[in-house]
Order: sequence, then structure tokens, then C-alpha cells
Amino acid sequence: MIEVKELTKSYGPTLAVNRVSFDAKVGEVVGFIGPNGAGKTTTMRILTCYLTADSGSATVAGYDVIENSIDVRKNVGYLPESAPLYTDVGVVEYLKFMADIRNIPKSKRNERLKTVIEICGLEGVIQKDIGELSKGYRQRVGLAQSLIHDPPILILDEPTSGLDPSQTIEIRNLIKNIGREKLVLFSTHILPEVEATCDRILMISRGQIVANGTLDHLCSQVRSNNRLYVAIRGSEETITPQLKQLEGITDITHIDTENGVVSYNITIDNENDNITEYIFQSVVQNGWSLAELRQESIDLEDVFLHFTSGEQSKNTEAPQASESSVTPVDEE
Amino acid sequence: MKNINTILIKEFRSYFNSPIAYIFITFFLAISSWLFFGSFFIINQAEMRSFFGLMPWMFLFFVPAVTMKLWAEEKQLGTAEILMTLPIRDHEVIIGKFLASVGLLAITALFSLCIPFSIIYLGNADVGTIVCGYLGLLLMGGAYLAIGLFTSTLTKNQIIGYILGISVCFVFWIIGEGFVLSRTPSWLFPIFSYLGLGTHYSSILRGVIDTRDIIYYFSIIGFFLYLSTLSIESRKWR
Repeated sequence: MIEVKELTKSYGPTLAVNRVSFDAKVGEVVGFIGPNGAGKTTTMRILTCYLTADSGSATVAGYDVIENSIDVRKNVGYLPESAPLYTDVGVVEYLKFMADIRNIPKSKRNERLKTVIEICGLEGVIQKDIGELSKGYRQRVGLAQSLIHDPPILILDEPTSGLDPSQTIEIRNLIKNIGREKLVLFSTHILPEVEATCDRILMISRGQIVANGTLDHLCSQVRSNNRLYVAIRGSEETITPQLKQLEGITDITHIDTENGVVSYNITIDNENDNITEYIFQSVVQNGWSLAELRQESIDLEDVFLHFTSGEQSKNTEAPQASESSVTPVDEE
Repeated sequence: MKNINTILIKEFRSYFNSPIAYIFITFFLAISSWLFFGSFFIINQAEMRSFFGLMPWMFLFFVPAVTMKLWAEEKQLGTAEILMTLPIRDHEVIIGKFLASVGLLAITALFSLCIPFSIIYLGNADVGTIVCGYLGLLLMGGAYLAIGLFTSTLTKNQIIGYILGISVCFVFWIIGEGFVLSRTPSWLFPIFSYLGLGTHYSSILRGVIDTRDIIYYFSIIGFFLYLSTLSIESRKWR
């Protein structure tokens, strides 16, 4: 439903979006994440026909964003960053205006209004002017506005920014629900949000898509060299050389010695599945005691840093992110 | 057409949702009536010529105040981004906004009708010239509004839009006035005199409605509305 090919856009000398390609289909919630200034907003603006790309093509709902701009706009609901709304109109009046512009027939208008007010939890504020509303409620009005014509595609730019934690959770659940039957593309730089809501992650950094796939998929790419955390009671001088001898350990870093407990970060190579056992046996044989042994879990944050840090070249096994994942990663 | 109408209604309401419309109407009428009636009883003639003569000046300062928010505010609030991603064309937005501002000006003119009514009551006024005067007023006002709307699209700061609006209107008005024309080289004379915003207005005020004058105002309006559309489309230029 969204197909983007080699999209490029620069502002003067700055390349904001650099040959971005991806696609997404209905029923997917796609999280668009990346550091500030990575090109998320620009890409969304191109997809919603607010800006035009310098080169490349994008089709939304089967229509080209330049050739059939009006048809694209009919099929898209868009919430720009920080929900810009007119401040001097009432909530209902604003939504009515949107409904009219969206060509919703008068007979259906009230029904649609009722639906979006209910979905977005606006019942308590329908009497008010938008200017009087708190940030969270404005965000919801913005969301209601994007839903009013029941579009198959929703593009939301940082829909949860500036919301308090409970509002954030509400909006996330909302996105999840909507995403069952629509295509939702939303941007954020809050990582837990992506974990909580997205079927698929598009990671963008410096204008380029650096990763594209499910969370598991991305984590597995990063997990190419695993890390362990080990804390052993004993003396550092004896433990370090012993550990170094173990097969399958590629790197070992001493972190800290506290109350006689020595802790290490250990990088192991992936082939060796039994490394934790070896460590345990070594501890037993040497008469130390094991205080802690755990696999460092890899979360989205690591994935994010991995793909966006630009130091990925250090990592031998790092996927050639910028090249290979430009082509959409298959999900099974 | 329907889209233009929706924008028109929205903009028109927003004038009356905020204090702008009330302040504009009140002060416009108060100041113009005060200036007019100040000399009216001294001259002691039942005619509105001096009222209409005030209008190019009054419009210069009042009209850009009506139009300054039309686009600058959309830019400032960021609402332009929603508006321009709705299934509506750029020129429809511009025309809708322009017509809304014309509506506000027309309502102000409507309120000012108590002046001609009292004059007709007081003496033997020529209704024909008054009707022509109002027509000229709306045409010239439309030209001012179109210029103001254009300058509003150039900036996201309403004050800058306002000052720019005054400046451009002033230039377009002054080039047609006697004290500029008398110092204009002769080859520029017909151009300046034709382009002057007030020239055609004063010919309408004489009670003669010439299609050329009407065409002039419609072309100025059309030209600046076109420029405004280009200006808001410029975000898409590659």
C-alpha cells in the first residue's frame, strides 16, 4: 500500500533523505525510528504530498504522490509532528470542518464524529476550544482529525511526543487497534514504543534506511557476537588468565572489583553454545564462587545504537546495513 | 467549488471566533465616521465624496490587518501542513481565504451604510454616486485584500506580513497619485497611472462604471491570488 523507491530529498546542501526504499502493506504497524534529523519527518511529508522529493518515486494506496496527489491525500490520514491545530475553534467545529473537507456526506458526518470522538477519548472536551486543551488532548484531536474519513493508511509523526505515561500507553493501544485493519506508519524516537506497538521496524539514520524488519529479526542481526556478564568471587589476578584460556571467548573486559567480587564483560563467539557451562565448570574447578552469570540481553536500544552509531564497521559481523537492507527485508 | 466554500466558511467563522472581526469593524467605522463627520457639517453638502476619498488611506492600514493572519498564522501554527495534505488544491485554499476576507470587508461596508442613510435623510443626496462609490470601495478593497493575502504567504510572522502588506499596497496606490505622476517620466506615466490602485477607484467614484476599471481590479486580484498560490506551492519546488 506504500511503496517507496529510491526517494531522495535535499534542503540546499543538506541531504535529508538519501535513496530511501521500503514498502508496507495494510494490517501492518510500521515504526519509523531514527535519531533526530534522520529524515523521518521529511519522508512522511513526501508521502503525504506536503513536499516533493528531488528524485525517486513513492506510491501510496496505489497512487503516485506527484501524479495523483489528490487521490493519495484522500486515502491518507496524517498527523504532523506536535499536532498543529487551529487554536480558536471548538473541538467539534474543527472536526466538522475536517469532515467537510474530506467530503464526508452530511448524513454520515455525525456518525463519524461520534466514532472518532469515542476512539480518541474526546468526550470530556467536546465543549472546549482547542486552544484551551492540554497537549495530550490536542494530540488526540489531531489523531481524531486523521481518522475522520476512515483512511486505509495512517501516517503519524511522533504521535506520543509530549504525552504523560498513561496517555502514551493509551495512544499506543489505539495505534495497535487501528493497525489491525489499516496501515499505520508512525515515527518516534522512543524505543520502548516501537517494541510495544510495531509489527515492523524501519530504522533510518542520516537519511538512509539502515535496518528494516521485525524486532526479532533486527536483534538477531545484532546478536552476531554475544556478550555475557560474569561476576565471580575471587581474586582478579587468578581469574582473568583462567577465563582467557577458555575456548570460545573472543574478548574479556574486567569491569569492576567490589567486595571481592570480580565482574567481567565477556564477548563470546556464536558457534560455542556451551560457553556458559565451561565458565561454570572453570569456576567450580578453581574453587571460586559464582556470584552472577547472565547473557546480556540485546534490546532495541542496542539495535538502535548498532545501526545508527556509524561505528558499525568495527563490528566484523555487522550486516552491511546501508547497502543490503535497502531492499526490503523479507519476513517469514 | 465545495472545497472553496468549506474554506470560506471556516475562515469567516475564525474571524468572528477571534476578536479580529469585532475590533476591525468597530475601529474602522469609528475612525472613518469621525474623520468624515468632522468636516461633513462644515462643508454642509449631502454627499459622501470625502468619505470615499478617505478609503484608500483607511484601507492601507486596516486591510493588511485582516489578511495578515490568513497564511502567516497557518505557517506559524504549523496547520498549513495539515491543510496542504488534505484533498484540496492550493488555489482552492487561497480563493476560499480571499473570499472570507472579502466577506468581512463587505460586512464592514454594510455596517457603514448608516452613513449614506443618514445623509439621504438629512439632504438630497445622489444615490447613484453612493452606489457606485460602494462598488468601487469593494473592488479596490478586493485588490488590497489580494495584495495583503499575498504578503501573508511570504512569512510566518504576522507583523511582517502586515508591514509588507502596507508597503506593497502603498506602492501600488502611490504610483497612480498626482504627486508621483507629476514627477514620472512621460513614458512611464500611462503605466503608473493605469496601475495605480486609486486611479480606477476615482473614476468609479465619478459615477461612471467603466468595464475597464472593473477589469483592472479583477486582474489585480487575479494576479495576486495567482502569486499567492505560487508562493504556497513554492515549498514543493525542486
